[in-house]
Amino acid sequence: MFCDRCGENAAAGDHAACAAARELEPPRFCPQCRRRMKVQVVPTGWRASCVEHGTRTA
Amino acid sequence: MPDILERARAQVLANGVGLGEAEILEVLRTPDEDLPELLQLAHDVRMKWCGPEVEVEGIVSLKTGGCPEDCHFCSQSGLFTSPVRAVWLDIPSLVEAAKQTAATGATEFCIVAAVRGPDKRLMDQMREGVKAIRAAVDIQVAASLGMLTQEQVDELVEMGVHRYNHNLETCRSFFPNVVTTHSWEERWGTLKMVRDSGMEVCCGGILGLGETIEQRAEFAAQLAELDPHEVPMNFLNPRPGTPLGDQPVVEGKDALRAIAAFRLAMPRTILRYAGGREITLGDLGTRDGLLGGINAVIVGNYLTTLGRPATEDLALLEDLKMPVKALSATL
Repeated sequence: MFCDRCGENAAAGDHAACAAARELEPPRFCPQCRRRMKVQVVPTGWRASCVEHGTRTA
Repeated sequence: MPDILERARAQVLANGVGLGEAEILEVLRTPDEDLPELLQLAHDVRMKWCGPEVEVEGIVSLKTGGCPEDCHFCSQSGLFTSPVRAVWLDIPSLVEAAKQTAATGATEFCIVAAVRGPDKRLMDQMREGVKAIRAAVDIQVAASLGMLTQEQVDELVEMGVHRYNHNLETCRSFFPNVVTTHSWEERWGTLKMVRDSGMEVCCGGILGLGETIEQRAEFAAQLAELDPHEVPMNFLNPRPGTPLGDQPVVEGKDALRAIAAFRLAMPRTILRYAGGREITLGDLGTRDGLLGGINAVIVGNYLTTLGRPATEDLALLEDLKMPVKALSATL
C-alpha cells in the first residue's frame, strides 16, 4: 500500500505530515499502485481516478 | 494611537482616500501590541465604505494542470514535478458545481482554467458552460482564463461573464522571481483590456512568495493604482514539487497586518479571503480577518486543494452578524 499524498510506501517512514496535509488536500496517488490519479476538485468535494483501480470520491 | 493610524483614520476612514505606498509600509510595520487597534480601524473603514455585507463566491477548475507557464507557487504548471495531472471538467459537472455554490447563498461563481491564455477549445467550452449555467442557476458567472486578446475579452462580455479575474500575484519588482515565462506587464495589459470592456476587474495575488515587507507595500500600492472591483488575497500554501514547495507559511499576525494594510490602501474594494487562509490563519484568524478589513470569502474548496466547509464560514458570518450579499445587490 502507498501513501495517497506522497506516493511512497505507506508502511515505511513517517506519513504523519501527509495525513495532516490530507485534511486540506485530495489524494494524488493511488494507494494500491501509486499511479498518479486524475483528480477533479469541485466546491463540495473531489473525484480521484486511477486508470487501473477506479474512482474514489468525497 | 500610533501616528500612522491617526493619519489613516483622518485620510481613509474620514475621507475614503487610500494610503500611499510609504504609509502602507508603515502599517505593515505596526507592532504586535497595536495590531488590535489596526484591525479595528480597517474594520471601521470597511464598514463605512463597503457596508456590513459579505460577498460569497465559489470557484471551480474547468481545466486543471498541464499549464505551460512556470508560476513558482503553482502545482498546475506542467514544468514542475507536481503530482497534479491534467484533467477537464465536463459541462454537466460544471453546472452541478454552480448549483452547489448557489445553494450556499453565494452570488459569484468563478470558472478557472490553468492556461497561459484560452485557445478555441477552451473558449468553446466556456461558451457552452456559461450558457448552461445561466439557464439552470441564478448566479453571477466570473472567469479566470489567463491572458486574453481583445477578441477574447469581447467574446467573454458577449457570453455574459460579468467579472474577470487575473491576478498580478505580486509586485512588479518581485514578479521576475516568481514567473519567468511571461511578464507582469503582460498581465497588466490584460487587466486594462478587461477594465475597458466594462467587465468588473478582479485582481489580487499571493502573499508569502518570498517578497519583502517593502514589496508587499509596493504590491498594495500597485493594486490601488489599478483600482480593481475585487482583490482576492491568497496566502501561499506551499505545494509539493513546486519551486516554492519549502517556503515558510506567512505568520498569522503578518497576514492580519497585510489584510488591514490592503484595506487601508483600497477602502472601497471587495477584499476577498482566498486560498491559504486555513493554514495561515486557522479558524480564529479567519474571524480576525473578517473583523479587520475582509468583506468577501471563497467558500468550499479551491482549485486543487480543499477549504473549510461552506457551512462553517456561513455560521461564522451569522455569528458576526455580517449578512451575505444578496444577488439582487450585485446586479
